[in-house]
Amino acid sequence: MSPLSRRDFLTAGVAAGAGLVIGFYLPHGSSPAKSTFAPNAYLKIAPDGKITIVVARSEMGQGVRTSLPMILAEELEADWKQITIEQAGASTLYGDQTTGGSASVRTTWDPMRKAGAAAREMLISAAALEWGVPRSGCKAENSAVVHAASNRRLTYGQLVSKASALPIPTDVPLKQAKDYQIVGKPLPRLDTPSKVDGRAEFGIDFRIPGMKYAVLARCPVIGGKVASFDDKESRKIPGVGYVGKISDSAVAVVAESVWCAMEGRRMLNVQWDDGANKDLNSAAIFDSLKKSASNKAVTLYATGDVSKASGRRVESEYHLPLMAHAAMEPGNCTAHFGGSSCELWAPTQVPQDVRDSVAQAIGLDPDQVKVNVTLMGGGFGRRLEHDYGVEAALVSKAANVPVKVLWTREDDMRNSTYRPASYHQLSAVLDAQGWPLAFTHRLVAPSISGQKGLPTPNGVDPDLPDEASLIYSLPNATVEYLMTETPVPLGWMRSVYALQVGFASESFIDELALAAKKDPLEYRLHLLSKDEDIKYFDTVWHTPRMRGVLQLAAEKAGWGKPMPAGHYQGIACFGCFSTYMAEVVEITMENDQPRVQRVVAAMDCGQVVNPNILEQQIKGGVLFALANALRAQITIEKGRVVQGNFDDYAPIRMNEAPVVEAYSVPSTEAPTGAGEPPVPPLAPALCNAIFAATKKRIRALPIIS
Amino acid sequence: MRRYLTRAGEDAPTAAAGRAALHFPFPRLLSTMSVHITNMAAITLYINGSERKVDVAPDTPLLWVLRDTLELTGTKFGCGAGLCGACTVHVDGAPVRSCSTPVSQAAAKKITTIEGLSVSGAHPLQTAWIEEQVPQCGYCQTGQIMAAAALLAKTPQPSDEQITQAMSGNLCRCGTYDRIRKAIHRAARTGGSQ
Repeated sequence: MSPLSRRDFLTAGVAAGAGLVIGFYLPHGSSPAKSTFAPNAYLKIAPDGKITIVVARSEMGQGVRTSLPMILAEELEADWKQITIEQAGASTLYGDQTTGGSASVRTTWDPMRKAGAAAREMLISAAALEWGVPRSGCKAENSAVVHAASNRRLTYGQLVSKASALPIPTDVPLKQAKDYQIVGKPLPRLDTPSKVDGRAEFGIDFRIPGMKYAVLARCPVIGGKVASFDDKESRKIPGVGYVGKISDSAVAVVAESVWCAMEGRRMLNVQWDDGANKDLNSAAIFDSLKKSASNKAVTLYATGDVSKASGRRVESEYHLPLMAHAAMEPGNCTAHFGGSSCELWAPTQVPQDVRDSVAQAIGLDPDQVKVNVTLMGGGFGRRLEHDYGVEAALVSKAANVPVKVLWTREDDMRNSTYRPASYHQLSAVLDAQGWPLAFTHRLVAPSISGQKGLPTPNGVDPDLPDEASLIYSLPNATVEYLMTETPVPLGWMRSVYALQVGFASESFIDELALAAKKDPLEYRLHLLSKDEDIKYFDTVWHTPRMRGVLQLAAEKAGWGKPMPAGHYQGIACFGCFSTYMAEVVEITMENDQPRVQRVVAAMDCGQVVNPNILEQQIKGGVLFALANALRAQITIEKGRVVQGNFDDYAPIRMNEAPVVEAYSVPSTEAPTGAGEPPVPPLAPALCNAIFAATKKRIRALPIIS
Repeated sequence: MRRYLTRAGEDAPTAAAGRAALHFPFPRLLSTMSVHITNMAAITLYINGSERKVDVAPDTPLLWVLRDTLELTGTKFGCGAGLCGACTVHVDGAPVRSCSTPVSQAAAKKITTIEGLSVSGAHPLQTAWIEEQVPQCGYCQTGQIMAAAALLAKTPQPSDEQITQAMSGNLCRCGTYDRIRKAIHRAARTGGSQ
């Protein structure tokens, strides 16, 4: 069974989620105590008033264990202090549980609100029945129903028994934004206390009785295989137990501790069959992209007719490298194979895909595989892969013990699924004033979904509709995509193609502003000056909202005002995951290298659920993007990934972290994505600032290579 | 036959330790790490005020003894090479990378992990971390707090520059640095050096 593509799940998630509100809670194996009120899969209220909200997305730092319950609690009129959360494992109750695509809030916004509202209405009905008064005189507030006329009050706990017997309403009124008590408040995250004293249990921390630890020797050459291995020396390490080949390309060493397993692996002699990619290198990957650029492309977006425009022509090409997620918690998964069942404890963004892939790998039915979701030490898209889970299940089955498979940092860096390298051709035709009469952007890159065998309808990678936007009023414009192939394993990394598309597009807009001898902000605002709806696949972008974030960022950053000596600014804006984002980057130059002093980021993501968490997402996204822009680069030599650890693939540290200011546009529009949109504008804004400082245009990332 | 190494062609811990020392002059117990097979030995450790006896190879990094043998999993594995600080613990009060410290070198010394930073979990830094809402994924935060605690023990009222100096060896991939800085200042105001 193939997993749904990221795009598919957005649609399926909404549809399936909306339908769930009418379903009863039917947990596998156990049912809630009869006295518990469980009107739907997301909610349980106990007679003591304790409210449990089920979170059916995975927590990887982005705050879903707080923000999603807030949405439900708002409609429930719950007392936030009474809320506890329960993490859902892989289930059929919640639609697609994939956590990605900046989609958790925007796809659960309606189901969570409706789940809360349905329960609220049932509790109000129960109170009205209890008191024998009309429903209209009863009101829910603070986990209780009150009847003002008679000054009576019953808590939700007191009402659960009666409410459980009532039919579940299907069409419930939702609150107005002006009445929100919880949504929109900067509430503290529920998971914070456990994350400051060592109690928080990440995948790597989970243990079960009798559990052993495993590390795997994987072929260092992409696509290579195990030819043979000799484990004589490995077995001499005290604590090493099972050593065996668990797949075409990996040998597992199982031991009493992680260290014993790593020592056992160090002493393992493996003969590899390097295979077809043994001469692959980064230069060849780039050459192949560039050579493909003249092949036939598909049109992602077109308006007017670019071939009709005539005037001054400006052309540029851009190039981006492979990148790796490098989340702080290395890959891992714990599995217990029990013959006709397998239970996993997985730090995963895709519990259902892990369930189905594990089932296939070890010859069980999906319903014989139970996947529990643990906390994750970052994800950034890397844990959208099921590889950790499948490995753990295979090792547990082969060694016949419960086992935790752990990846080292080098394992993680060298066996990742990488952000694809890309090549971009941009061209424009300018009128006498320098305004674009035509604008074309040709993106040349392999398809992540295509490589995984997922659908790519009409030659379009299914991520591109969310990530390859062009939000300007242009008389004639096209965005084209040319799908290439690569042997390098590809994955979805925070903001996915939006990083590449945004870098090329927003750097080029600056080139056009320069050609037109106009201020880069003024140039962009002019191209957004007309109120226009720009339809891009299923998303309708509104130019006033992009104008709004540009103006907000520019105003807060003091764009156009005198700067301290040696300080330079650059600006960029981009829309992805239905969210509008603009950033101003302020730099100084030190020894010919940029030093980022300040980043001002402005976002319009509709209704903000929790400003505290949104600020984390914006500031974190900016620093993530800064590492991407400055030096994140995976290179391939002789079919092997060169980088291995945080020395040669270095995230931003405190000593180089700029001041980041995060702003959001007040809005009551439905929420849109938040985790990924802060990433794309950073690199072009930074390179535009470097141009302002040096008159040198950077057209390839990383900046420092 | 080619021997499988974590980093092809070099002894990873030693090489990485050298690199790390260049960038971040952290107190380190490790200069080189044995690559020979060593037998198990009984080692007595003093962890969080208790005496614990472990039977492990003496060159086992302290990190894995804490995590796998003693089940103190608040100390995290991030890089195995002294580069990220997720495994920071205190040895005789100094912040140390437990991933690159052989357990034998920590024997007879006073070891403090995040679990022992305060009895109640209410060390001023922990309180400040909650007040400032620092963690996102949270994975690096126990190491961050241990590094900050060592800083405040030595420098009760650190400047921004001193905070940067002390904390730049600890990576956070979620980008929480500004809140870490605020939390350290807050803890300093409320007596974080205790």
